[in-house]
Amino acid sequence: MRLEPKPAPSLAVTLLYPVGAIIATFVISSLLVLAAGASPLSVFYLVAKGAAGSQFALLETLTRATPLIFTGLAVAVAFRAKLWNIGAEAQLYIGGVVTVVLGTGALPLPSYLLIPIIMIAAMAAGALLLLGPAILKTRFGVDEVVTTLLLNFIVLLFVSMLLEGVLKDPTGLGWPQSSKVIADAQLPRIIQGKRLHYGFVIAVVAAIVAWVVMKKTVLGYEMRAVGNNKEAANFAGIPVNGVLIKTAILSGGIAALAGFSEVSGLKGNLTLDLSPGYGYSGIVVAMLAMLNPLGVIASAIFVAGIFVGADAMSRTAGVPSYIAQVMVATALLTMVTAILLTRYRVRWK
Amino acid sequence: MEASLLVRGGVAEERAPAVLRLDGITKRFGPLVANNAISFTLRRGEVIALLGENGAGKTTLMNILFGHYVADEGTVEAFGKPLPPGDPRAALDAGIGMVHQHFTLAENMTVLENIALGTQSPWKLRLDRAAARRRIEKLSADFGLTVHPDATVATLSVGERQRVEILKALYRDARILILDEPTAVLTPAETDALFRTLKLLVAQGLSIIFISHKLNEVMAVSDRVLVLRAGTLAGERATATTNRTELAALMVGQEVASPPVSAPKTGPVVFELKNVSTARQGTTTRLDGLSLALRAGEITGLAGVSGNGQSALASLISGTMQPASGEIVIGGSVAGNWSPRAALANGIGRIPEDRHAVGSIGDMSVTENVISERYATPRFSRHGFLDWKAARNFAEEIIRDYDVKCPSPEARIRLLSGGNMQKLILGRALDSEPAVILANQPTRGLDVGAVAFVHRRLLEARDRGAAILLISEDLEEILALSDRILVMSKGQLSSPSKRGERSIRELGELMAGHGEVTNAA
Amino acid sequence: MEQALEILFTASFWVAAIRIASPLIFATMGELICERAGVLNLGIEGIMTVGAFAGWFTVYSGGDLWTGVAVAALAGAMFGLLHATLTVPLGLSQHVVGIGVTLLATSLTYFTYRLALPQVTTPPKIEPFQPLPIPGLSKIPVLGEALFSQTPLTYLAFVTVAVVAWMLYRTPIGLAVRAAGENPSAVEAQGISVTGIRMGAVMVGSALMAVGGAFLTMSAFNSFFFEMINGRGWICIALVVFGSWRPGKALLGAILFAAFDAYQIRLQQISGGVVPYQVFLMMPYALSILALILVARRATYPKALMIPYQKGER
Repeated sequence: MRLEPKPAPSLAVTLLYPVGAIIATFVISSLLVLAAGASPLSVFYLVAKGAAGSQFALLETLTRATPLIFTGLAVAVAFRAKLWNIGAEAQLYIGGVVTVVLGTGALPLPSYLLIPIIMIAAMAAGALLLLGPAILKTRFGVDEVVTTLLLNFIVLLFVSMLLEGVLKDPTGLGWPQSSKVIADAQLPRIIQGKRLHYGFVIAVVAAIVAWVVMKKTVLGYEMRAVGNNKEAANFAGIPVNGVLIKTAILSGGIAALAGFSEVSGLKGNLTLDLSPGYGYSGIVVAMLAMLNPLGVIASAIFVAGIFVGADAMSRTAGVPSYIAQVMVATALLTMVTAILLTRYRVRWK
Repeated sequence: MEASLLVRGGVAEERAPAVLRLDGITKRFGPLVANNAISFTLRRGEVIALLGENGAGKTTLMNILFGHYVADEGTVEAFGKPLPPGDPRAALDAGIGMVHQHFTLAENMTVLENIALGTQSPWKLRLDRAAARRRIEKLSADFGLTVHPDATVATLSVGERQRVEILKALYRDARILILDEPTAVLTPAETDALFRTLKLLVAQGLSIIFISHKLNEVMAVSDRVLVLRAGTLAGERATATTNRTELAALMVGQEVASPPVSAPKTGPVVFELKNVSTARQGTTTRLDGLSLALRAGEITGLAGVSGNGQSALASLISGTMQPASGEIVIGGSVAGNWSPRAALANGIGRIPEDRHAVGSIGDMSVTENVISERYATPRFSRHGFLDWKAARNFAEEIIRDYDVKCPSPEARIRLLSGGNMQKLILGRALDSEPAVILANQPTRGLDVGAVAFVHRRLLEARDRGAAILLISEDLEEILALSDRILVMSKGQLSSPSKRGERSIRELGELMAGHGEVTNAA
Repeated sequence: MEQALEILFTASFWVAAIRIASPLIFATMGELICERAGVLNLGIEGIMTVGAFAGWFTVYSGGDLWTGVAVAALAGAMFGLLHATLTVPLGLSQHVVGIGVTLLATSLTYFTYRLALPQVTTPPKIEPFQPLPIPGLSKIPVLGEALFSQTPLTYLAFVTVAVVAWMLYRTPIGLAVRAAGENPSAVEAQGISVTGIRMGAVMVGSALMAVGGAFLTMSAFNSFFFEMINGRGWICIALVVFGSWRPGKALLGAILFAAFDAYQIRLQQISGGVVPYQVFLMMPYALSILALILVARRATYPKALMIPYQKGER
């Protein structure tokens, strides 16, 4: 068996394969649904209904998509430069920490000043967190996959320490949680009385900015070149290590915004369950979007829909909601295979 | 001396039984026909030379024979039995051994382990080292292939590694030995030793296919010559009844006139390395106190067997390696921080040795590739934003001026043929009219037309006043283009010689590291 | 202070260290085999989760302990097959596929657990492997007690190291595995399928990872919890680098690491809460990063690690 490069496929074909990947994902997950003794069609109907069947469902999906857009973008820009940032989870939590440190009253500023300051500080903290692994990679050749993964555990323990220590809410009845952020540090809701907040708008804007950076700017060009062929990029005079450092700053910063947005827009405080693995799901979101920042918006909504829909479905159909995680992981694997098939032809001799 | 090079022993007469028969082998890669209906027969005790230019299809044919590739049409028969396609194991079992141009050795393992690999049942719980060692020692002694069985391959010289490759084949009782460009990496003395070994093998009744593009070697070792041209068998001659001129004509087709070379209008020194040393990097030969000066309007050819410091020198001039000591002087002033970007800023145009791994970014477009050395200049970017229109115009300009065949500037460069990719890289390097040009193996693997194109462009650049350093393993290319020739051996440079001043033989001696050596050139 | 030093000379400390090391030894050997053949297997964390569940669940459903180990190994090999199919013949990014396999294996495990035990709040317990002191040897003070009063699964871990080392350096197939990770064309030129060797190595390696996971539910503890692997897989990847891809050195690394881990647990007990317990819990992860930095400069990676191979390519 061998792979032969194909000429550039048409747009239709480029889109056909991802659709095929999604269909394959549904077929594979059907087997699990059958194993659970339910009918796949009715389960998927319930998932779809739970994700988009009502205004409430739709808004819930968009709310859930918000942190995924951020982490998906963080992964997408990093993977473009082949900087394997698997640490979006940790960067998210650091963003959350900064938000409660600055947002619980330490900075008595009006909201139009306070929110931007918190955002910038959160991004700086997230960037700093990824800078470590990036420097270890460029200076010592330490694989960043392992270091960013290990940092996820370290940061979560660090957050746990803070929540039982200096950041502990004195009125929290002993729970490991921080105080609520002040009103001026809160992102307003888009629709009064609903959970969807302006974090979603910021996420969409971030996606557009990231798209412009990747497509139109020198930095984006450098990142793609480094990701594609490091040696050739170096030969052409592209400062490879510098580009990787800039990529780390960008990626870590964006991931931290997820934590800011969750605390400031939705939860109001920091807890140890701020993220049910948004950092890891961000990898799936980015791959489903084929690392395209605008595609990240769509794929984040899709993934969020599966999560939200599966929660609703499991309450009525009795299939464990973990089916959502299985579907998302399956989608990642079918998607990378599909991308391969758009570029290469498999020959069996 | 010449006589000892003769391998043919007259064993292979027409009566000798056929050991290998190829019939109508055709292989296509997309639109390219790499092999077109090739048929021939190899007899017992015979040495066939497979002669052809780079890209004529020699290596593809041998890869089919050995089962790395599957032919689209045609059959192979070894010792009267059909050889199943696409199965290296079947080829090995049929007694076919192959010495690849790029060695297939695991460097972290010993000679013995490399040779024994795959020769004992995979389900055995213990590798029988003693038996393997006995056999290797006997084969070494019988055929003059001295090499220590317990040496780690990483510590071996190139010549020793080739011996290990031959031992691998003999260990498996190969009756047919295919050698793909075996002398490309050898010094003349090592080449002689190889030829002596081949003579011993033929005397034992082995048959050999010797792939080469060097006429003198082909004349020296073979009984019969098959000439491949553009994938087709262009002719078959008994070595005894042919001569170099005839073979050269067959190889090239109608004689491609080498470009007329006018006398150089040599100008001042524009680029100079003064007493430069480089740090050790892996197994590559380092430079130690090397000096080199390039003059405007002159092509300096650097001959030498690969692995003698050429890659360190090329990396140094390209900017991908920094000097550990010594100075780089460009246009009279000492260069400061040295990097690829500094090299470009100082007007050095670079054609890298490996166009796929270093010269191009495979999954990016032609446009994105042509601007890769200059995207940060005001011509292509402002305030951190790229001007894609200017970039595209530039790509179209290069495509037109350098006769690049590609579907569009948006096409991924990976999809271009080797020749077109090289033209694009040439265009990228030469378009800004650099004062200094480094051309490292600029025509390796190209077809005749593309080679002529590259040569013409380099000569044009010389005539407008560029100082050019041409690094090539192909001595004929060096002789055809260079106004001045240097030979590199063990990281040192020979004294320079003017066009026609030294004979091929003298250059060969220098390549082998004999004769005078000087650090200054 | 004296107390902190005394710990090092107690048998119970070393018994714990060897116990903590056991799952790491299995999984590190598994990862080492994969990487020696040229494949980075980031599915390790998920495959350990699968193994932990599969072994435990087999016993919970009435199978005996060794059947549980075998089922765990088989389940691990199946995920290894998935990983290998995507990364070896298809040559997909080993980073992305590895993370994908971890996500899939973990979520499938949780799904299956919930499906099998829908209403359970506290995970049911099984009768795990019991310590099996080796007569005589286990009476040697400290060292003997530490090494020879363990469960059979720990003994198996040590046997595994010897077998892996023998396999890699003393058998024909080991030659092929090492060559596949160094220069796959050397393997193909000798008539052996690189794809076959690499896929086989990833499957065997994944089976060992799963047994490492099973050790946690069947020997160290007696039931299955969510997130019980807790980054051990990633630590094993660091241990392979730390051990320079050599089984013996990796074994030493695992024991050293486990000793640190056992030590911090005891320090935590005597520190009296002055230092937050999280600091102690961070140490294994921080230590792994430190180990990577220490050896990074002189690490000699298998040259073909993470580089896909296509037939006829040189």
